[in-house]
Amino acid sequence: MSALVSVFSRDVELAFRAGGGAAQGAVFFGLVTVMFVFGTGPEPGALARVAAPILWTGALLASLLSLDRVFQADFEDGSLDILVQRTETLEFLVLAKAFAHWVGAVLPLLVITPVLAAMLNVEAMWPLLASLLVGSPALSLIGAIGAALTFPLRRANVLVTILIGPLFAPVVIFGTGAAADGALGAGFGAPPLMLLAAVSLFSLIVAPLAGAAAIRFNLQ
Amino acid sequence: MTTQQTSFWTRYANPAAFQRLSARIAPLAGGGAVALFAVGLYFALIGSPAARDHGEAVRILYAHVPAAWMSLACYTYMAAASLVGFVWKHPLADVAAKSIAPIGATFTALTLITGSLWGKPGWGAWWVWDARVTSVLILFFMYLGYMALWNAIEEPTRAARIAAIACLVGFINIPIIKFSVDWWNTLHQPASFTKQGAVDGAIALPTWLLFSAYVLAFFWMLLVNMNAELAERRAARLEAGARPTSTLVAEPAE
Repeated sequence: MSALVSVFSRDVELAFRAGGGAAQGAVFFGLVTVMFVFGTGPEPGALARVAAPILWTGALLASLLSLDRVFQADFEDGSLDILVQRTETLEFLVLAKAFAHWVGAVLPLLVITPVLAAMLNVEAMWPLLASLLVGSPALSLIGAIGAALTFPLRRANVLVTILIGPLFAPVVIFGTGAAADGALGAGFGAPPLMLLAAVSLFSLIVAPLAGAAAIRFNLQ
Repeated sequence: MTTQQTSFWTRYANPAAFQRLSARIAPLAGGGAVALFAVGLYFALIGSPAARDHGEAVRILYAHVPAAWMSLACYTYMAAASLVGFVWKHPLADVAAKSIAPIGATFTALTLITGSLWGKPGWGAWWVWDARVTSVLILFFMYLGYMALWNAIEEPTRAARIAAIACLVGFINIPIIKFSVDWWNTLHQPASFTKQGAVDGAIALPTWLLFSAYVLAFFWMLLVNMNAELAERRAARLEAGARPTSTLVAEPAE
């Protein structure tokens, strides 16, 4: 258990260190938002309607960018071999790594989301944040599956996106749905947010199993 | 060569035994597919009436509906083959899973293309973000991702295991994706275009005939693909085996 905590804190520390990418991810997120606004035009009414989809898509893209840090960097310098040998249950290692990705790469996005949302004239701020908070763990967990499948490969980054992109469909659908429902006054027990939570919990089970299996075969 | 105790599974794990069997089955499947296509197309294009509401355009559904069934069936077969390859390390199951993917992707593309052709006269637009259309599009992307993964890993055994994990994760996610897309669609457009009345017998006959033709064509293409894959692997092995003596070790002849 303490080994997993140290893996987690090491990954988080690396993410927030200079060149770790936590800040770059947030900057990228901001840039994607600006590009979307260039596409939609500046009318406040129109922006408020597409704000949640823009921010959800931006967060998804930004979280994909940093997936190579989950296993690939450790694989290349050899530390993944040691981690795998030392970890009794590989599934928990995947879980620790995915959670570290969420803290190091997704949480910075959530931190600047209120600023971006305010710039997009979002009035229902809490439902949007709640949807991202509940749904974004699924991005890290499903992303960890993709990272575990592809870490020894060259150009793994592009492959990951086409491999796990389809699996993100429910997250984006329920995430933007929850934000839209919340803006109309739905409570926290409304169906889309519950379904989003279900997707996150489902990923919590599937990701460690699939990720650990993939790591075993990739290191053989 | 094989003892009588070997089961069906282990006997055809031997590529040579499989290839002997498939050499007998493939022509039957191919011939049957051609015959069924001929009969099915006759009933689809000539032997059936134009639909009351949709006119002659309804005939494109004879190509569309069986392709849509096959697009899902192929992913199911692929997942089953992946599971067998993953759990029992059955080498032919790996080859089968890999060989099904391009066929399934083709059926899915055919579904999307014929659906789009049907959409223009039927719905008035080439593309409608209908729930089923969108789900099939996502399925198409899943096939492409699976094939990209196979292409990215050079070593066949590892590629098979990794691709199997990706396929199975995709397979258990298909119901969730389907449900989410349905939910999304009812949220955005309450009217469903795809509701139809009971299917008339005159329409059912060509549909079933062509579906059977598609199934046989699938088996035929699968066997051809698997044999090609096995031949490719043998060629790669021979090449790898030949290299040390011919190029790397440049010793003078005796």
